Amino acid sequence: MTDYILEMKNITKRFPGVLALDDVSFRVKRGEIHALVGENGAGKSTLMKVLSGVHSHGTYSGQVIFNGEEQSYRNIADSENAGIAIIYQELALCPNMNIAESIFLGREILSKSKLINWSEMYKRTNELLEQVELDINPETKISHIGIGQQQLVEIAKAVSKNAELLILDEPTAALTDKESEHLLDLLRQFKEQGVTCIYISHKLNEVYNIADTITVLRDGQSIITSKKEDLSQRDLISHMVGRELEDMFPRVYQKPEDVVLEVENWSIEHPTIANKKVIDNISFSCKKGEILGIAGLMGAGRTELIMSLLGHYGKKICGTIRMNGEEVVINNSSDAIKKGIGLVPEDRKRYGLVLHQDVKFNTGLASFNDLSKNGLINDNELISLTNEQVNKLNIRTPSIEQLLRNLSGGNQQKNVLAKWLIRELSVLILDEPTRGIDVGSKIEIYNIMNDLVAEGLAIIMISSELPEIIGISDRVLVMHEGKFVKEFSKDDVTQEEIMHYATGGI
Amino acid sequence: MKKTGLISELKNTVSSQIHRYTMIIALIAIWIFFQIVTDGIFLTPRNINNIFLQMCFIGIASCGMVLVMVAAQIDLSVGSVIGFTGSIIAVLIRNHNMHIVPALAITLVIGLLIGIWHGFWVAYMGLPAFIVTLASQMIFRGGVMGVTQGSTIQPNNNAFKAIGQGYLPSLFEFGKYNTTPLVVGIICIIAYILIEIKTRKTRQSYEFEVSSLSSFILKMIFMSVVIYSVFVVWALDRGIPVPMVILFVVVAIMHIVSRRTPFGRHVYAIGGNSEATQLSGVNVKLTMLLIFSLMGVLSAISGIVYTSRLNSAAIAGGTGTETDIIASAIIGGTSPSGGTGTIIGCIIGALVMASLENGMSLLSLGSFEKYVIKGLVLLFAVAVDVQTRKRRGIV
Repeated sequence: MTDYILEMKNITKRFPGVLALDDVSFRVKRGEIHALVGENGAGKSTLMKVLSGVHSHGTYSGQVIFNGEEQSYRNIADSENAGIAIIYQELALCPNMNIAESIFLGREILSKSKLINWSEMYKRTNELLEQVELDINPETKISHIGIGQQQLVEIAKAVSKNAELLILDEPTAALTDKESEHLLDLLRQFKEQGVTCIYISHKLNEVYNIADTITVLRDGQSIITSKKEDLSQRDLISHMVGRELEDMFPRVYQKPEDVVLEVENWSIEHPTIANKKVIDNISFSCKKGEILGIAGLMGAGRTELIMSLLGHYGKKICGTIRMNGEEVVINNSSDAIKKGIGLVPEDRKRYGLVLHQDVKFNTGLASFNDLSKNGLINDNELISLTNEQVNKLNIRTPSIEQLLRNLSGGNQQKNVLAKWLIRELSVLILDEPTRGIDVGSKIEIYNIMNDLVAEGLAIIMISSELPEIIGISDRVLVMHEGKFVKEFSKDDVTQEEIMHYATGGI
Repeated sequence: MKKTGLISELKNTVSSQIHRYTMIIALIAIWIFFQIVTDGIFLTPRNINNIFLQMCFIGIASCGMVLVMVAAQIDLSVGSVIGFTGSIIAVLIRNHNMHIVPALAITLVIGLLIGIWHGFWVAYMGLPAFIVTLASQMIFRGGVMGVTQGSTIQPNNNAFKAIGQGYLPSLFEFGKYNTTPLVVGIICIIAYILIEIKTRKTRQSYEFEVSSLSSFILKMIFMSVVIYSVFVVWALDRGIPVPMVILFVVVAIMHIVSRRTPFGRHVYAIGGNSEATQLSGVNVKLTMLLIFSLMGVLSAISGIVYTSRLNSAAIAGGTGTETDIIASAIIGGTSPSGGTGTIIGCIIGALVMASLENGMSLLSLGSFEKYVIKGLVLLFAVAVDVQTRKRRGIV
C-alpha cells in the first residue's frame, strides 16, 4: 500500500458569492515532489490555505489527513507544529530584522536567564544557511539581501522547524534563471533527505523538470492527478484550460488602419536585482479601431509594461513611444492624459477610484482643471457630462451623488471608464477589466469596448482570462518574463497555444 | 398623507442627517449648560462676543488645518508659527516703525515661505508631515525667542490694534445700538436665502433629490433666525468685530476653494486615494506644496489677529494653540486619516472649543480642569464620530 503523507478529501470552500473549492481531493505521497498547477483563480492558493490553517477548521467542509491522522488546524501555528511549512509567493519576512531574527521569530533561543542568546542563534543560523547553500552573515538585514536570497532564508526557516511537508507557492516568480536552478537543486536534495514537497508553479518547464506527480486544478475542481511521465505537456495544458468558449464575447470587428501608438525597444531594469530586466526590449503598435490583447501569467510583466508607458513605474527605462507618428515623452500620468491615453487599472479600488466620494466626483477626477473657468469648477457641465456617461454606460446608481463604495464592482468599473470617456482619448488601456465582475456586467463592458473601437479608439487589454482575451482581441501578444514571445491574430489563436507560450514554451 | 408628511419627513431628515448636526446639538447643549451654571452670565451679548473673539484666530488657522488633514497630513507647528509671525509684525511696527501695510505684507510672505518650506520637505523630500512640522514647532519657537529678544513687545499702533480689537462703526444713530450689524444682518439673510433658492433650483433642474418645500422653508426660517440673532448680539454690544470680518472672509474663500476649485477637489481626492489621484493626472506633489503654503499664509493671518488682540508679542505666544486648532478640525468632523472634513464643520468645532474655554473661565476653573475637560471632549467627539461611521458601514 502506498504511503500518503497527506490526504485532503472532498474539500469544499465557499467565499461570499464564489465557490472557490468544489469537492477537491488531493493526495501526496511521502517523499515526492508534487506539482499543483492551474490557471489564476483555479483554487491552488485557497487549497493551500485550507491545508496550512489560514482558512481555519470549520470554515470549509471535508477532511485533511496528515500522517494518517485527521487534522483540524485553527491557524498557521497549528499546521507548523504538525510539520507543514508554507512559503508564500509574497515573502513574509520583516525587512527591518536580520536573518537570524527572521528565522527564529517567535521561537527565539533563550539563555538560562531567559534573555535572547544571540551567539547560539547566530551559530544555528549559520548551520541552517549552510544547508541551503547561502553564504552570508546571519546578522545581515533582510532588506539588504535580494529576493532570491530571501527565498532561501524562508526555506532555512522551514528547515529549522523540521518541516516534513514543504509547500512552495510560485517560488521562482521573482528569481533569475540561476537562482531558480539553485532552488530546484536544493529541493532535489531535500527530497533525498525525505522531505515531501508541494510545488505550485505556472512555469511548466520547471514542473516537468522537478515534479514526480502533477495535479491539475481548474475552476475549484481537481481535474486530474497523474505521474509526470504519463502526462504530456499538451494534455496538461488542455486540462488546465478545459472549458469551451461560450458565446459571451459579442465582438464586432472594425478595420483597423492608422497606427496610433507605437512602442519601440522598451526595456526596464529590475528595481532591486542587478542585470535582471522587468521588461526586456519590447516593441509593439496599436491601431485605431483595434483591440490589442496582452496575455501572460502573473508576474510576466504586463502591468509593469503599461504602468511604465504611463510614467508610473520604473526608474531605468529606455525605449521610445510614438503617437500618430510623432515621438512623445511621457514622464507622468498627467503627460499621458494630455496625449490622450487613459488607464483602467487592475486594482480599481486602489488605483482607479476614490471610494468615499460620489459618482460625479470620480467621473471628474481626471478633469477638474479642464472643467473649470476662472478657477472655479463648472459644476453644471460636470453634472451633465456625468449624466451622459451614466446613461451611455448604464451605470446603475440611484443618483450621481451616490458614494462609490455603495456600488457593485461592475458599476464601479464603469465609473472608472466614465472618468476617461468624458475626455478626448485616443488610446484606452484596460488592465484586467473584468476581474471580480459578474458575468452580466462583463458582457456590458465588452459591448462598451465594441462601441469605443467603433468610434475610433485604440484599446489595449491585459487579461489573464484566456477565453476573454481570445474572444475580444484583434491581435494577441503573449508575454513571458518581460518579453513578447509570440503574436497571434484573432483567427489563429487557441487557449492551448497561448498557455504554451505563456509558460515558457518555444 | 398631508398630515403625516411634514412631521415624518422632518423625523427622517433628523435621523438620517443627525451625524451632520451632532456637533451643533452638542454646542447648544454646552451653551445651555453654562447658561445655567453661570447664573445667566454666559449668554449675555458681551460674553457671546467674547467667545467669538476667542475663536477668531483659532478658526482662521483651523480652516487651513482642515485641508492639511483632509490630505491625510498634519501641521504640529502652527502654534509656533502663530507666535513667530505675530512677533515679527510686532517688531516691525514697534522697533522699526514700519507702516502697517508693508508690515502686513512682509508677515504674510514669511507665512507663505514657512508653508513652502513644509511643503518642500513633505511633498518633494517625502518626509512625514508629523516630523517636518514637529521640527518646525521647535525651530519657530526658537524663532520667536530670537525675534523678541526674550522681551514682551507691545506694538501700540492703533491701526494694528483694530485688526484684532476693532469694531465696524455704526452706520447711523439709533438709540445706543450699533446699527451696522442690523443692516449687514439683513443683507446676509437675503444673500443666504438667494443662494439656497438657487442651489435648490439647480438641483431640481438636474432632478436631484431635494427636501420638501415645507421643510425647506422651515430650514430657511430657522437659519435666518440664527444668523440674525448673532447680528443682534453685536448690535447690542459694540458692533461687528473686525476679526470676525476677517474670519468670515477666510471661511468664505476657503469654503469655495475646498468645494468648487480643482485644487480643493484634488485635496479631497489625494486624502481619499493618493495613487488613484496621481494616475488620474493630478500633480500630487505640487498640490501638497500648495496645501502647506496655504496653511502657512493662514497661520500668519492667525498670528496677526492673535498678536493684535493681545497687543503684545511674547516668547510664549501661541504656545499650545496647535492642540486647539487640530481639535477644532477634528471636532468639526475632519477625519485624521484623510479624505473627509469641511470648513463649516471646523468653525463649529472652533466655537465648541472657545465656548468650553470661556465657560470654564467664567466658572473660575483652573488650567488643570480646563485641559482635562477639553481633552475629554476631544476624545468623546472622535469616539462618537468613529461609532457613527461604523454604524453606517464606513471604516
